[in-house]
Amino acid sequence: MGNFGDKFGEILHNIRHHKLRVLLTGFAVSWGIFMLIVLLGAGYGVENGVRRAFSEDAVNSLWVYPGQTSKPYLGLRQGRYIQLHNADLEDVKAQLSAVDLGSGRVYMNSEKMIRFGDRASNFDLVGVHPEYQQIENLRLLQGRRLNLRDLDEVRKTAIIGKVVARELFENTSALGQYLYINQVAFQVVGVFHDPGDERQEETIYIPVSTFQRVFTGNDRIHNMAFTISAADVKAARVVETDLLKLLAARHRFGIADERALFIRNTFVEYKRYMTLFANIRSFIWLIGIGSIVAGIVGISNIMLITVKERTREIGIRKALGATPGAIIDMILTEAILTTVVFGYLGLVAGIGLLEAAARLIRNVDYFYNPEVNLAVAFGAMALLVVCGTLAGIFPARRAAVIRPVEALRDE
Amino acid sequence: MIQVIRLHKSYPMGRRRLEVLKGINMTIGSGEFVAVMGASGSGKSTLLNILGLLDTYDSGEYYLNGDPIWELSEKRAAQLRNRHLGFVFQSFNLIPFKNAMENVALPLFYQKVNKKKRNAIAMQYLEQMGLADWAHHLPSELSGGQKQRVAIARALITRPAVILADEPTGALDSTTSREVLEVLRGINQKGITILVITHETEIAAMTDRVVRIRDGVIYPDDAIVTEEDPLRNDKLPPGEAV
Repeated sequence: MGNFGDKFGEILHNIRHHKLRVLLTGFAVSWGIFMLIVLLGAGYGVENGVRRAFSEDAVNSLWVYPGQTSKPYLGLRQGRYIQLHNADLEDVKAQLSAVDLGSGRVYMNSEKMIRFGDRASNFDLVGVHPEYQQIENLRLLQGRRLNLRDLDEVRKTAIIGKVVARELFENTSALGQYLYINQVAFQVVGVFHDPGDERQEETIYIPVSTFQRVFTGNDRIHNMAFTISAADVKAARVVETDLLKLLAARHRFGIADERALFIRNTFVEYKRYMTLFANIRSFIWLIGIGSIVAGIVGISNIMLITVKERTREIGIRKALGATPGAIIDMILTEAILTTVVFGYLGLVAGIGLLEAAARLIRNVDYFYNPEVNLAVAFGAMALLVVCGTLAGIFPARRAAVIRPVEALRDE
Repeated sequence: MIQVIRLHKSYPMGRRRLEVLKGINMTIGSGEFVAVMGASGSGKSTLLNILGLLDTYDSGEYYLNGDPIWELSEKRAAQLRNRHLGFVFQSFNLIPFKNAMENVALPLFYQKVNKKKRNAIAMQYLEQMGLADWAHHLPSELSGGQKQRVAIARALITRPAVILADEPTGALDSTTSREVLEVLRGINQKGITILVITHETEIAAMTDRVVRIRDGVIYPDDAIVTEEDPLRNDKLPPGEAV
């Protein structure tokens, strides 16, 4: 339709001459979409932050830390320290079918001086089972992981975090090199990073068997980590209880003794957060839809006032030959144009604010990379336009039935 | 050009209906310059609205340019108004946020004439009215006489067959009124039929023929009544005194 541009020109002309009114209508629309975008973005920011905090571990893991008994049990005094051994790990893996992966952890109470050539620095040194690398979600950058042969043959092999590699080996490749821990040489077989935790990247992992033979001389482990198969929170709780019962029997403490053993169940925590986010998201949508509805009602109201205010003009147009269709077209297009332009401005402003926030708020716990799904943003805008049209129909129809005779009557 | 026969129109007034037009018979030939005179409340504005397709009638017949006008859709009425009729109003009815040229060009917008072309045509008509220098002024910057000439230019731009003027001088002083009437006469001399509604004898006297209306009926006056004139052939409405 060649006349389209012309029709548009006529509408722009109308808008230019009712600046304040259009601005007020537009602001309601902009504000609605702006609020929705910012709220959604902030919601995602919190969600991303928590997800990041979890991404250091598998989300279905159980962590077991021994403590000190706080109650007497079967004639045993209270205040005993619980000490875990390799056999505890093996027993748990053998007896609990819901447990998939399992690893012990053994470490020095202080940081260890690690040396390569003439460079030396302090890093965390931890002895683990190979399965630990999956539980902790370590991502390999170079080389290989620790494997069962390392464990069984008590090899002096090590995988090192990205930061360790950078500080000790600088630009040269760490793979195959030997680094010295307490004068004992370990060969670097892999370099890893951990997307969720920078502290991990300053750590050196060696086989637990090697650690025990070289540094401690016994089969003790400090704590244990497992992954479990659980369909829901309830199942995860059952596994947790089974584990507690098993270890309570082995170490002879009451299962009601809350200080003897600490179990951290990330699955339950994770699910709790996810439920929270689902609720927050519904709440945000509720507010968002609310503000959009407010915007629509605003448009409809102001358009109605507009039509009333322009009754005479519409009467003139009709007398000069405007058909009812042409009048509806004029009012509707004006409403849609206003909604689209101001909705887009609100969208851009909202996304701009989120971008700025993402850049400024970097090192805050549980808030990371606020963002909004573009599909959601444009979906919301499309919804707004459709609703704007619906809101415009009523005033447009009212304009269409204006009788020129009455509109043009002189007082 | 315009023929109405036994035209009736009433409006609801509470429970009763107020009869405004009680059987109007009138014929206006092509190229005539006619004044319809009557006091306020006589029904002359209602008649003009019906003739201008802005209002409907209850019974009777109306032929515009030979075509029967009855139960038109709003769309059809709008198109006929746009093509065949030009309006001039007492209060000018210019759109306040459009300048003189844009106001004149507006009827062509509804004929889907592009902007450049319709503005060029509008300029021609403004020149005819001696208002070329005022083309880019808003109505609020024009005098009453200028506004009415802009309105006349707007009525002319679609080259209508008939111009309907409702009290075109009602808001003007007597000198300006005469000027406007002269403009209308000039248009009439180019063959356009003009119907002026007025309650001023002085204005009516400047047209070629005066039709008087009182209480919803037409009174024969100094009209040149021809043999075909339904006024003569038809029975006059009841209760009418000559």
